[in-house]
Amino acid sequence: MSNRSSPASKRRGFIQGAGALTAAAGLGFPFISRAQNKPIRIGVPTILSGRVAQLGISSRNAIEMAVEKFNAAGGLGGRKIEIVTRDSKGKPDEAANNTRHLVNSEGCEIIIDAESSAGAFAVQEVIRELKVLSIHTCSETSSLSADPKIRVPTAFRCVRQGIHDAIVSAAYAGNVAKAKGLKKWMTCSPDYAYGRDNTSLFVEYLKKFNPEVEIVGEAWPKLFQADYTENITKILQTKPQALYSCLWAGDLVSFVDQSSIYGLFQQTNLFAINMADYTTLTAVKNLPAGIHSATRYLKTYPTGAENAAWADAYKAKYKDYPTNWAWQNALAMEFLFAAMKKTNSTSATKLAEALRGLTIKSPFGADGTVTMRAEDQTVIGYAIGWGTTIPKEPYVPSVVPGDWKTILEHEAQWKKKMGYA
Amino acid sequence: MDFDALLSCFGSASCVVTQATGGLISGMLLFLVAAGLSLIFGTLKVTNFMHGSLYMLGAYFAYTLYNLSGNYAIAVVGAALGVGAFALVFERVFMSRVYGSDVLLQLLVCYGFILILDDVVKIVWGAEFLAMGMPETFQHPPVMIAGGVLPVFYLFLIGITLVVAAALGFLITKTRIGKIVRAAAVNPTMTSALGINTALVFGGVFALGGMLAGLAGALAVPVRSLVSGMGFSILIESFIVTVIGGMGSVAGALVGALLIGLVRSFGTIGFPLFTDGLMFLFMTIVLIVRPSGLFGKDR
Repeated sequence: MSNRSSPASKRRGFIQGAGALTAAAGLGFPFISRAQNKPIRIGVPTILSGRVAQLGISSRNAIEMAVEKFNAAGGLGGRKIEIVTRDSKGKPDEAANNTRHLVNSEGCEIIIDAESSAGAFAVQEVIRELKVLSIHTCSETSSLSADPKIRVPTAFRCVRQGIHDAIVSAAYAGNVAKAKGLKKWMTCSPDYAYGRDNTSLFVEYLKKFNPEVEIVGEAWPKLFQADYTENITKILQTKPQALYSCLWAGDLVSFVDQSSIYGLFQQTNLFAINMADYTTLTAVKNLPAGIHSATRYLKTYPTGAENAAWADAYKAKYKDYPTNWAWQNALAMEFLFAAMKKTNSTSATKLAEALRGLTIKSPFGADGTVTMRAEDQTVIGYAIGWGTTIPKEPYVPSVVPGDWKTILEHEAQWKKKMGYA
Repeated sequence: MDFDALLSCFGSASCVVTQATGGLISGMLLFLVAAGLSLIFGTLKVTNFMHGSLYMLGAYFAYTLYNLSGNYAIAVVGAALGVGAFALVFERVFMSRVYGSDVLLQLLVCYGFILILDDVVKIVWGAEFLAMGMPETFQHPPVMIAGGVLPVFYLFLIGITLVVAAALGFLITKTRIGKIVRAAAVNPTMTSALGINTALVFGGVFALGGMLAGLAGALAVPVRSLVSGMGFSILIESFIVTVIGGMGSVAGALVGALLIGLVRSFGTIGFPLFTDGLMFLFMTIVLIVRPSGLFGKDR
């Protein structure tokens, strides 16, 4: 048998080949073209209702603002970004379900997890399973990225961390205590995981930075407690020279308003870590001068023009000040865009590889840059400081910046102590 | 537990004054909410699970009226009347249809309105918390009594609540309206047969209960932040107060609220990690010793 083809079969082969080519031209090439222009869908599980709705609203605003700018500049090789937001109502199981749904049903290739800590841990486990790229933008709980057992190769964290805050806060408070002779301290923080962890870390480091400090009392109001009278009268009786609190948002506003009419701040120096965020600063109608606070977010700190311009653009667009959550989400998008441009890809593995150890220029950096630390996939070098309040803008006129060398030294020791390093 | 601190507090006049007045203040607002709850239950025999939402509405009405008028008196009166009017409409249109129904149906109606009102607040006033701030009239240094500290605004709050408590007691026990309300509570059919419009009585009592909750919200707004859903925690405490004082008894609500306020105030010194537990323990003891509450009528 000959294997040579007859002229007829050659002709048929040619016709078939031509047909296939035509089909490819008609169907295949546009298919490739459509894939290139297919929008990049980014899923955002967050909280848009309930008492902490502002977390989700301001996170979504910051992401939206960043995406508009990215799309206007041409996107990623012509591919525009689409944001798909889902409300978990603050429930961790819904946060996990939403994340799964965003990836499996909505076709999201990347997750920006703007959940609080409770939801973020649930999202982390979904990311572990689905292996998409994820950036946490609101959970401050240190173990999320510090604990190797919890860590996931494609999950990053772009949030201020509890341990960083504790070190900076204690260093600042310890120095003020030395200068003013504040030895008797008391704490008043919300009675749940964040309040307990934050306060115990602060006290631990305060005693390291100033061993003369003595804790003379504690008050633990409930989360979302309306009436702080019993706590305030206890503080009045204990007569501490300084008071540390990690109450936040409406709870802090109520506490400050109720304490003011007792004249508490005339006899005690308040160190309220969560005061200097516009949502809180603008809500307190009679903001006492001289409250010490960390800079959650201020348009005047970092002092660069870019930070102020970002805050002004946000306010112009949303008729509201940005929050601490807003800058964290904006920074996450800056990292994501940088990694996308570097890899020209949305592959989770490639983006994760690019993000590890990546340093970018950012208005939110202490020195104008922020780094995604490779070893635990979390940000360092962001602007963090403390100062004292005045009742009107700029609210915290002078900020004492946190020293990142000190932060990293103490953080390394803390990681060893916790068995994370 | 810190018995030493508690004993030391009882040995100091300033501590006793500060803690006792602190307890009174917390108790006074609780009384206003619990009194309305108790009044409605005592007369209409329905548990108004939506009462906390009326407190929330009072706070938001007062916030808005204060911002519009700049006058806190107008804000307080307007908020109380506004919530009273809302309560009247709610009672006539919805609650009156479930009188005598299963308690689960009443609960369902109330719970539905809790969710609706929480969402309405978010739509009208926004999801973010708000704060009104202290009116200028009360921006004075606190008064010192025997070394204890008492803010000027809280003096006003205690005063106005005592006046309301006295007026309410007088209305219920000494006036013809009070007699009609008590008669309608005991036997609405017979009261109706005597030519009294019991629907009007029930509507009036519900509106009065709503006004008291609205008044509490308006009085709380200078020192408490406003947020959708803020009525829930005060509702729980109000139920504890009414259980301790006796369901249906306004005097019981006053005593129960003050006791809860004092237990919390001194409990935070002696039992800092068990203040809430102490409140529930106190309620349990009252229920064991006197199941109908301190001022409740035995059945």
